Amino acid sequence: MRRFLLAGAAISAMATSTALAEESVEVLHWWTSGGEAAALGVLKENLAAKGVAWKDMPVAGGSGVQAMTALRARVTAGDPPTAVQMLGFDIKDWAEMGVLGNLDDLATEQGWDKVVPAALQDFSKFDGHWIAAPVNVHSTNWLWINKVALDKAGGKPPENIDEFFAMLDNFKEQGITPLAHGGQPWQDGTLWEALVLSEGGMDFYKKAVIEADPAALSGDTMRKVFDDLTKLRGYFDDSFSGRDWNLSSAMVIEGKAGAQQMGDWAKGEFLRAGKKPGADFVCIRFPGTQGDVLFNSDQFVMFDLGDAEKRDAQLKMAAAVEDPAFQVAFNTVKGSVPARTDVPDTEFDDCGKKGMKDLAEAATSGTLAGSLAHGHAQPSAVKEAIFDVVTQQLNGQITTDEALKRLPEAVAAAK
Amino acid sequence: MSVPYSGVRRGLQDWLPRLVLAPSFALVLIFVYGFIVWTAVLSMSKSRILPVYKWAGFDAYERLFSQPNWYMALKNLAIFGSLYITVCIALGLFLAILLDQKIRIEGVLRPIYLYPMALSFVVTGTAWKWFLNPGMGLQNTVRGWGFETFTFDWLVRPDMAIYTVAIAGIWQASGFVMAMFLAGLRGIDSEMLKAATVDGASTFTIYRRIVIPLLRPAFLSAVIVLAHMAIKSYDLVIALTGGGPGNATELPSTFMYSYTFTRSQMAVGSASAMIMLMGIAAIMVPYLYSELREDKR
Amino acid sequence: MSQREMAIATAAGPSRMNRVVIYGLLAIFAAIYLTPLFVMLTTSFKSLDEIRGGDILALPAHPTTKPWVKAWGSACIGVTCDGIKGYFWNSLRMVVPAVLISTALGALNGYVLTKWRFRGHKIVFGMMLFACFIPFQSVLIPMARVLGQLGLSNSTAGLVLVHVVYGLGFTTLFFRNYYEAFPDELVQSAQMDGAGFFTIFWRILLPSSAPIIVVCVIYQFTNIWNDFLFGVSFASGESAPMTVALNNLVASSTGVKEYNVDMAAAVIAALPTLIVYVLAGRYFMRGLMAGAVKG
Repeated sequence: MRRFLLAGAAISAMATSTALAEESVEVLHWWTSGGEAAALGVLKENLAAKGVAWKDMPVAGGSGVQAMTALRARVTAGDPPTAVQMLGFDIKDWAEMGVLGNLDDLATEQGWDKVVPAALQDFSKFDGHWIAAPVNVHSTNWLWINKVALDKAGGKPPENIDEFFAMLDNFKEQGITPLAHGGQPWQDGTLWEALVLSEGGMDFYKKAVIEADPAALSGDTMRKVFDDLTKLRGYFDDSFSGRDWNLSSAMVIEGKAGAQQMGDWAKGEFLRAGKKPGADFVCIRFPGTQGDVLFNSDQFVMFDLGDAEKRDAQLKMAAAVEDPAFQVAFNTVKGSVPARTDVPDTEFDDCGKKGMKDLAEAATSGTLAGSLAHGHAQPSAVKEAIFDVVTQQLNGQITTDEALKRLPEAVAAAK
Repeated sequence: MSVPYSGVRRGLQDWLPRLVLAPSFALVLIFVYGFIVWTAVLSMSKSRILPVYKWAGFDAYERLFSQPNWYMALKNLAIFGSLYITVCIALGLFLAILLDQKIRIEGVLRPIYLYPMALSFVVTGTAWKWFLNPGMGLQNTVRGWGFETFTFDWLVRPDMAIYTVAIAGIWQASGFVMAMFLAGLRGIDSEMLKAATVDGASTFTIYRRIVIPLLRPAFLSAVIVLAHMAIKSYDLVIALTGGGPGNATELPSTFMYSYTFTRSQMAVGSASAMIMLMGIAAIMVPYLYSELREDKR
Repeated sequence: MSQREMAIATAAGPSRMNRVVIYGLLAIFAAIYLTPLFVMLTTSFKSLDEIRGGDILALPAHPTTKPWVKAWGSACIGVTCDGIKGYFWNSLRMVVPAVLISTALGALNGYVLTKWRFRGHKIVFGMMLFACFIPFQSVLIPMARVLGQLGLSNSTAGLVLVHVVYGLGFTTLFFRNYYEAFPDELVQSAQMDGAGFFTIFWRILLPSSAPIIVVCVIYQFTNIWNDFLFGVSFASGESAPMTVALNNLVASSTGVKEYNVDMAAAVIAALPTLIVYVLAGRYFMRGLMAGAVKG
């Protein structure tokens, strides 16, 4: 028995001694779906060309649930990874804990202040210091429509909610699933926030979601939002519960479903399947939200590693992320738009060009706001509290009246 | 025991057993009881994203008991736990009794009933999801056989989803319970049964009056094993429903995880952990007390 | 359960009819229990077209082993496309030491708690037993801190420690209950002959402990191999165990989800525990009979 024990100890000792001869970065992310992983592969190769090895730490699971647990464990252990994919308010939360690094020197050298949009800087900086490298800007209020189905329905994309429902009715007659939706709280929330924006406009969105005004959260406009949600529920297929977003995208790609409401990361899946925007699928702003942009930005948050050599690799990675050539290469694959404004749109397809144009216009006209469902409007406690109400209403567990009563309560309780 | 040892030798022999036990006991003290105390401290702190040691009294407990999700989790645990324990025991006992009838292919059947216990829901989750999914699974297949009106859509119905979780849980654990009962049955003196048969007792009476009472230790073990698995069930829910539709399959374990790690309300998560621990203690401590008091050696 | 069914179960000489009913019931249950494994296996040998078009319970029309080859060696997990083989070895490196150490400690603890009792042994045992019931979600953060201080963060060795600690309660329970029934007289007479603590354990108890060792090893092996929560929290990335990689693989899909590869990977992940259960199942029963059931 003792011999076995020794053998066991030897084996586990071998496993701990990881070779650290060359520079490397360890990157925690949840980009495991095909389009996402392909986009990240670009960064991996760029870094390899600079002699920095990529230690991949993927933790799958909708919008990073398990990944954040793994991160907490690593930070608590005093052994954080080099860089972590993170969204919005989570960045602020971690910054407050004082565990993040400082990218000021690099940012000044490369002039990030001038090229990164102010709305993004709000999350990439804490107390005036750069703590994260923004990778991209996503927008959530998009609708993806199968072109064949749309042509059969008259070929004209819907511009408001009524036209949207008319199109879905037509899809139903065609015998396909009208709206491909995955019943996970964050997806329900993404649909909900698009409806809030559509029914109430940007001012209402800001009041209800960004300011969490109790009157707006329980008023008549919000009632319309929930009524729409109930109506949309009737256009889902039987198996929507718990389905991952990319499987719903696949339904639209294959023509089994007519449309999907989802952020622009869905485009990555369409492109990976060899589909062409305009020819095989159509991308439009969610009906009734033209000119408005709900954004979220993936950022690589850089942790304080306390080791000069590791920090050097970390800075190389941050520089590689903000490299304009990488911004183009990454974002054309991922479906998002660049996180810096000085990147030309020539390489992007029609959807990408529209996304870049919309973003620039919204930023100047004040119709740009953070997406709630993706952590850019409220801290996670409030976000999840809103999800609770929305997802229960959508699934028929509570009535619209109850939802309107509970929404302000839940938000207040989570603060 | 009057063995003539030298004084030194006896001293060592007296202390050696305790020394051997000490490392294990120390590990348990630190990693279980130490961590419980730590969780208790957190539950009374203002911790949100990471531990912060600022006193907040019972604020987290108040928040916990104002969460509709928490009541849903408790209700679901009651439904899931009672179904899981009773059905596993009934089915396990039934299968054990059937298998105990001198079945020639017992060696083949036993591992078939037992194997689900060997698999994690991380492994079988996808297959189960398919099977329960109305669009691809059982419903679709049976309709394909020509029964057009057959419906099995519990997975997507908030009022029924918790029962699908129970079905999968029972599939996993009932074979293990069967093995425990079968082991118990094999330990019963067959002469006693023969005597009862000769006395003219019906088979039903024999099982009810003699066999099942003799299985008491196996029942107790089964209840304890199942109760602790029910309370800890986590992979099961995550793999099948992710807590949905809505919050219809939330359990205390998933509640605790999400409040601690994804909702940045670590204090509330810790408070729910403390309530769970108290619940477990309420079941376990009396049981342990009675079990350990019994053997008076 | 009806009286009729009970009557069927008589030990006193069931009729031919009854035997048929018993076998029938057993076969139906066997079929139900096997369905998920059957679906996984058949799907893993089907092509994607067949899966999309067909019935999940149908046998593969044109069996192919490509999904297996891909799952093992070339499926994409995150940004690397080397399949799950590396993680398979990670799991093995974790499970072997963890099982051996926790079983050895459990055996020694059980021995002390039954044959070398001291004042307070019941409280010590009770406390170790209660440890089995702690919800693992609640220990993640403090555990991470301890692992960090020990320098074992994000490593297989750290996972081994975690699994040993939280397996101790179970292994101690198994051995304690088993040794409880072991005759004290044998131990006492060995002491008379001058045998010491370890000699008695090594020469007298251990040789007759095979059944309980099997139960303990099977139990620990399946629990540790199947663990996801500790794996994902303490060893994501290079040293990730199989379950974590499998979860990533299943989520790493392009627009077209490769169910056959997912299922092949799932079966590969399940294979070691399945083999252990099937091969050692007979001894497992023996071990349960020999004392584990006594609770």
